[in-house]
Amino acid sequence: MLLIKNVTLVDALGERGPADVLIGEGRILSLSGGEAERILDGKGLLLAPGFLDLHAHLREPGQEVKEDLASGLLAAVRGGYTDVVSMPNTTPPVDTPEAVRALRKKAQALGLARLHPAAALTQGQEGKALTEAGLLKEAGASLLTDDGRTNEDAGILAAGLLQASAFGLPVAVHAEDASLRRGGVMNDGPLADFLGLPGNPKEAEAARIARDLEVLRYAVRRSQKKPHLHIQHLSTKRGLELVREAKRAGLPVTAEATPHHLTLTEEALRSFDPLFKVAPPLRTQEDLEALIEGLLEGTLDAIATDHAPHTQAEKEMDLLRAPFGIPSLEVAFPLLYTELHLKRGFPLKRLVELFTDGPRTILGLKPIHLEEGAEASLVLLDPKERPVEPRNFASKARFSPWAGWVLGGWPVLTLVEGRVVYQALE
Amino acid sequence: MRHLLDFQGWTRGQVENILDTARVMAEVLERPVKKVPALQGFTVATVFFEPSTRTRISFELAARRMSADVVSFAAQTSSLQKGESYKDTLLTLEAMGIDAYIIRADSAGVPHQAARWVKGVVVNGGDGRRAHPTQALLDAYTLLEALGTLEGRKIAIVGDILHSRVARSNVELLPLLGAEVWVAGPPTLLPQSLPGARLTPHLDEALAEADAVMVLRLQKERMEAGLIHLQDYIAHYQVTEKRLRKAKPHALLLHPGPMNRDIELEGTLADSERSLVNRQVRNGVAVRMAVLYHLLVGKEG
Repeated sequence: MLLIKNVTLVDALGERGPADVLIGEGRILSLSGGEAERILDGKGLLLAPGFLDLHAHLREPGQEVKEDLASGLLAAVRGGYTDVVSMPNTTPPVDTPEAVRALRKKAQALGLARLHPAAALTQGQEGKALTEAGLLKEAGASLLTDDGRTNEDAGILAAGLLQASAFGLPVAVHAEDASLRRGGVMNDGPLADFLGLPGNPKEAEAARIARDLEVLRYAVRRSQKKPHLHIQHLSTKRGLELVREAKRAGLPVTAEATPHHLTLTEEALRSFDPLFKVAPPLRTQEDLEALIEGLLEGTLDAIATDHAPHTQAEKEMDLLRAPFGIPSLEVAFPLLYTELHLKRGFPLKRLVELFTDGPRTILGLKPIHLEEGAEASLVLLDPKERPVEPRNFASKARFSPWAGWVLGGWPVLTLVEGRVVYQALE
Repeated sequence: MRHLLDFQGWTRGQVENILDTARVMAEVLERPVKKVPALQGFTVATVFFEPSTRTRISFELAARRMSADVVSFAAQTSSLQKGESYKDTLLTLEAMGIDAYIIRADSAGVPHQAARWVKGVVVNGGDGRRAHPTQALLDAYTLLEALGTLEGRKIAIVGDILHSRVARSNVELLPLLGAEVWVAGPPTLLPQSLPGARLTPHLDEALAEADAVMVLRLQKERMEAGLIHLQDYIAHYQVTEKRLRKAKPHALLLHPGPMNRDIELEGTLADSERSLVNRQVRNGVAVRMAVLYHLLVGKEG
């Protein structure tokens, strides 16, 4: 039994309390105290449902030099995540039920955050032949995606949406037209022209989203069950407008945005530091503002990290050769708590929802609200500010575009079904 | 300035100081014994992650004419693609006591990255599409030699502007010295914008009343990428004696080399009286001497 006294509660329903939260048998037993072996003073702290990340590259199997389940899932719980969707662009790609089962088994043994592996939409993520959606679902796959690559063949994507619909699996897409983005390494425009870096135009994202929404219309018309298209790491104002319009028209589409697209712009590339090289690229202030509006109004359903660890040496290559990606599992919530909630007055209730019920609903999981009987997968957050120190990361990627940023809202205790998986209480 | 990465943050005075020193160095190069002890005891490394014989020789001569020790590092592109780190390469050189690094790379920003890693002076020897500041300095030097001043002079840069570090560096530098810069090229090879330059897809517009025309090399890979058709390019963008009639009567001709005669320019033009091509190459050594001198021993670069 664990009792957290005098703690403020925050979930998708809002802020309330303070309450004395009694936790036992993996559940919240009471909000008004009780007998417990361990008592924590929660005064000044916030208790929220555990976060779910829809989009993390944990690199196992095959790329353990960048990250593995042990380091990635530890990074997750340190970031307040109790649930993580791992991307299948590993070596080899996760495209069989056996591979999904192996990942889940290994993650369970670690006893950190719960793993919900995404599986490849096509065999080898080659975009040619579908994987076995039904068997993957039964093995525990949470969604299907060829993320890491783009879906150039519209017909295969349509077939994938149809197939996945029978088993209630979302299909997630990295929406960029590869032929339009070509070798772009940063946002296309005057700054890329000035810096002499190949540009990846915002129209490459918008064009692909527009196509994929038409593919979705086709799948909706053809399918007996509702397909579900999920758009990953949306980065442009125009892309957002297309999704907004599609949602208004009733299309079954959801979308996510990343911490980096919500806090950084292309201006960071003036440093010529590949730390800021990411796909889709960091955009303009106008896009960033549109994304925040999209979070507020509900066009965006979730904040997902796109945690993409690489080795330090890889990110110290030149801008043409360094790999795309920013690691963020350990800073995502404090970053947005500080930059969106504290600095811009973004409602805390909605912010927490974007880390909890928003992504949970996309996977078809039940919401977690802080009520008696609720599953005790929880995170305790400390508003006290401290700087981002990448050298202390649990992730193997010990670098960060936010190094030195002073943030509040750091997780100090993470529970999965009542079990302490991370604690950093003073 | 501590490094020469591009011309961001440079003042006209700082540039003119370097050009003044280059004039002194040019005199040194006219002497029977073309050597001064100015950089004796300093070690200069040319670190070329992308091969370039001409630029490397020019820099190495510049350093040797001032009695510096010179070491050369040439990276094989293949080993870089295997994940070899530039940083490790540079830190290894640093441990050997290098004072100045001349860095050439096919990606924009490598000299900027290097300047964060090493304690020595970094001179950009050309980075991707970004900058080639010593080329722009030698172009400015050559133009000043011929025109006396750049104040109010119109300079046209013609060709593949989008992929050209020479164009970008000249667009940064020449307006700083008072010039009006126009760039012209096919729409697929023009940027959306470049601060400091007027952009046009019409060659005649750029050439009209120009005092000098800088012709850029057209890379084969642009044709291979399907971005332009060679015959169309020759018909509309090749700089010819006839097209130069739009420019001022004795308009000058520059080319950073190596030239594709009869592609970007009419073959005979390069050998005509207008052509400053050989002066550019000669001035390159003097300008690079001045740059190294200012960054290594000069009080104010």
